[in-house]
Amino acid sequence: MHKSLLIDPEKCTSCLQCEMACSFEHEGVFNPAKSRIKIFEFEHGRRAIPYTCTQCAEAWCLYACPVEAISLNMETGAKEVAEDVCVGCKVCTIACPFGTINYNQDTGKVIKCDLCGGDPQCAAACPTGAITYVDADWTGYDRMREWAQKTHSQPSA
Amino acid sequence: MKHVIIGAGPAGIIAAETLRRADPRSTVTVVGDEPEPPYSRMAIPYLLTGSIGDAGTHLRRGADHFAKLAVDIRRDRATGVDVGDRRVALAGGGHLDYDRLLIASGSHAVRPPIAGMDLQGVENCWTLADARRVAAGARAGARVVLMGAGFIGCIVLEALAKRGVELTVIEMGERMLPRMMDDVGGEMIKRWCESKGVRVLTGARVGAVSAADGGLELALDSGESLRAELVVCATGVSPNVDFLADTAVRIEDGVLVDEYLCSSVADVYAAGDVAQGPDFSTGERRVHAIQPTASEHGRIAALNMAGGRTRFRGSLSMNVLNTLGLVSSSFGLWMGAEGGETARAADAERFRYLRLEFQADRLVGALALGLTQHVGVIRGLIQTRVRLGQWKPQLLRDPLLVMDAYLDCTRRRA
Ligand SMILES: Cc1cc2nc3c(=O)[nH]c(=O)nc-3n(C[C@H](O)[C@H](O)[C@H](O)COP(=O)(O)OP(=O)(O)OC[C@H]3O[C@@H](n4cnc5c(N)ncnc54)[C@H](O)[C@@H]3O)c2cc1C
Repeated sequence: MHKSLLIDPEKCTSCLQCEMACSFEHEGVFNPAKSRIKIFEFEHGRRAIPYTCTQCAEAWCLYACPVEAISLNMETGAKEVAEDVCVGCKVCTIACPFGTINYNQDTGKVIKCDLCGGDPQCAAACPTGAITYVDADWTGYDRMREWAQKTHSQPSA
Repeated sequence: MKHVIIGAGPAGIIAAETLRRADPRSTVTVVGDEPEPPYSRMAIPYLLTGSIGDAGTHLRRGADHFAKLAVDIRRDRATGVDVGDRRVALAGGGHLDYDRLLIASGSHAVRPPIAGMDLQGVENCWTLADARRVAAGARAGARVVLMGAGFIGCIVLEALAKRGVELTVIEMGERMLPRMMDDVGGEMIKRWCESKGVRVLTGARVGAVSAADGGLELALDSGESLRAELVVCATGVSPNVDFLADTAVRIEDGVLVDEYLCSSVADVYAAGDVAQGPDFSTGERRVHAIQPTASEHGRIAALNMAGGRTRFRGSLSMNVLNTLGLVSSSFGLWMGAEGGETARAADAERFRYLRLEFQADRLVGALALGLTQHVGVIRGLIQTRVRLGQWKPQLLRDPLLVMDAYLDCTRRRA
C-alpha cells in the first residue's frame, strides 16, 4: 500500500515550515520560493491551503515527457524527475492539469514533489498536523484524483 | 493479432508500448525510416545548444527496451498500403501483413516556393539529420537567417541564439508566433528578442535566395538584401501520407480520424502529427502537431486497436515556449470564442501578460507570458469545463487570480 500526503487545510496556519523544509531538502537552502509544496492564502490570510502533487495515477507529466525523464518510483508511488535527463522543455508543466510540476529558471529543469523518497519533510516539519503522510486510501486526494479523471482527453482504460 | 505501426516517433512508440500491455499475445512491428533509435524531435533544440548529446534525444533509455517488450523495430520505409489485402509494402522490397494498422508517420518540413531554396546552406530543422547540418553551419559569429517565427521557428531561434550566431529572424505574418500569440504577446516577445540582440523582421518576405561570395544572399520584398552563411527554414510542415495515395483513407490536413482514432477505413488508425482528429475546443477535426497530442493519440489508438472501445474526448491545443528566457504559453481558444468574454492583464515593462478567454462561466482559452508557476491549472480549468460561478467576474477584473479560482472551484467540486 502506497502512502500519500494528507492535507487538512483547516489545520494550516500558513507558517511556511513545510515550504522551508521542502526547499532545504531539495535545494539545500531555506527559501520558500524553491519549495515543491506551496501555501496559498485566501480571504486575506484567513484561510490557507497547502498544495502539491497528488502523484496521480494519470501521470500526465510522465506521459508527456519526450525523453523519459519522469519515472514512477515503485516503492513510494511518486513520479520523480531525473534532473540529468530532463531537457527543460516544460511540456509537462502545461500537460499537468494540477499545475504541480513547475519550471525552475535557475536550473533550467522542472521540479515536483517526490515524497522525499518516502520520508516527506513537509509532513515532518508541519507543527499542526495539517500535512501528514498516511496510507493512500485515507486521503482526500482520492477526490482530487476523481477530479483529475474528468480532465477529458485522458483514456479511461 | 498482427499490429503494424508506420513511424517510430512518440506517437508510434507509445502506441507500440500500449499495445504490448493491452494485447500481450499480439505481434507488434514498428517501421521507421530514420537511422537513429526512436527519438523525440522536441529534444533537437537541446542537442543544438549542446546541453544533451544524441542519446539525450532518445525516447527510451534502455538499449534493450524494445527487445524486452518484444516490439520489433524495423528500419525501412512504407511505400504503399493495400487496405484490401491488409499489407504494407516496404522500400526494402519486403512487405508486412497486418490485422490493424497505425499510421504515425508524422510530417515533413516544407520550404516556401521561392528561388534558391535548394542551395547549399539552406536547411530545415526538423530531423536529427537536419539538426546536425544546422549545428555544423551555426558556428559562433556566423550570420544566420531564420525564416519563420512560428512555434517551431521560435524554439529553434532560442537554440541558434544560444550558439552565439548573428541572428536575423524573418516572419511573413504581422507578428511573431501568429498562431500562438496575439498582438500584445507577439509584440512583447519581439521586443524581448531585440533586447537580446536578435534582429526580428515581421511582415517581411524573402523573395529569393542566391549564392554569393561563398555564402548566401537573401533578397527581401522590401528591397533590402541580407547576407548569411546559413538559412534555416521553419516555414511549415506537411503530413507524410504519400504511401496512402492509392487507398480510400480520407485525408485533408492529415489523416481524418474519428473519436476512436480510426480512419475512414476499418482497422486503419492514425495518431500524432499526421492525424487530424477531434479538437477538444471546437469539436471539429484539427491537426494538433504537439507532443502531448502525439502521446495521447498513440495511447488511445492502441487501446482501440487492441479491441477496446476508448473514446478520445479531443486534444487541447497547447504550447509552451522559452524565448531566450521569456516563457510563454497558450491554451485552447486563446483568440476568443464567439459570444465569449476576455480578461487581460499586461505589464509591458516586465514582459508579463495574461489573457483569459471565457464562454459563459467557463474558461476556454488562455495566453501567458512570464508565468512559469502552476500554469498547468489553466489546462485543468479548461479541460474539466469547471464552472467558475462567482469567480468569473473576479477573473474578469483580475485574471491573475486564476490560481485562487482554481483552488477554490476544484475544492468545492471535489
Ligand atoms: C525542433 C522541434 C521542436 C519541437 N518542440 C516541441 C515542443 O516544445 N512542444 C511540443 O509539444 N512539440 C514540439 N515539437 C513537435 C513534436 O516533436 C511533434 O509533435 C512530435 O514529434 C509528433 O510525434 P509523431 O510520432 O506524430 O511524429 P514524428 O515525431 O514526426 O515521428 C514520425 C516518424 O515516422 C517516420 N516516417 C514517416 N514516413 C514514414 C514511412 N513511409 N515509413 C516509415 N517511417 C516513416 C518519420 O521519419 C518519423 O521518424 C517540436 C518539433 C520540432 C521539429
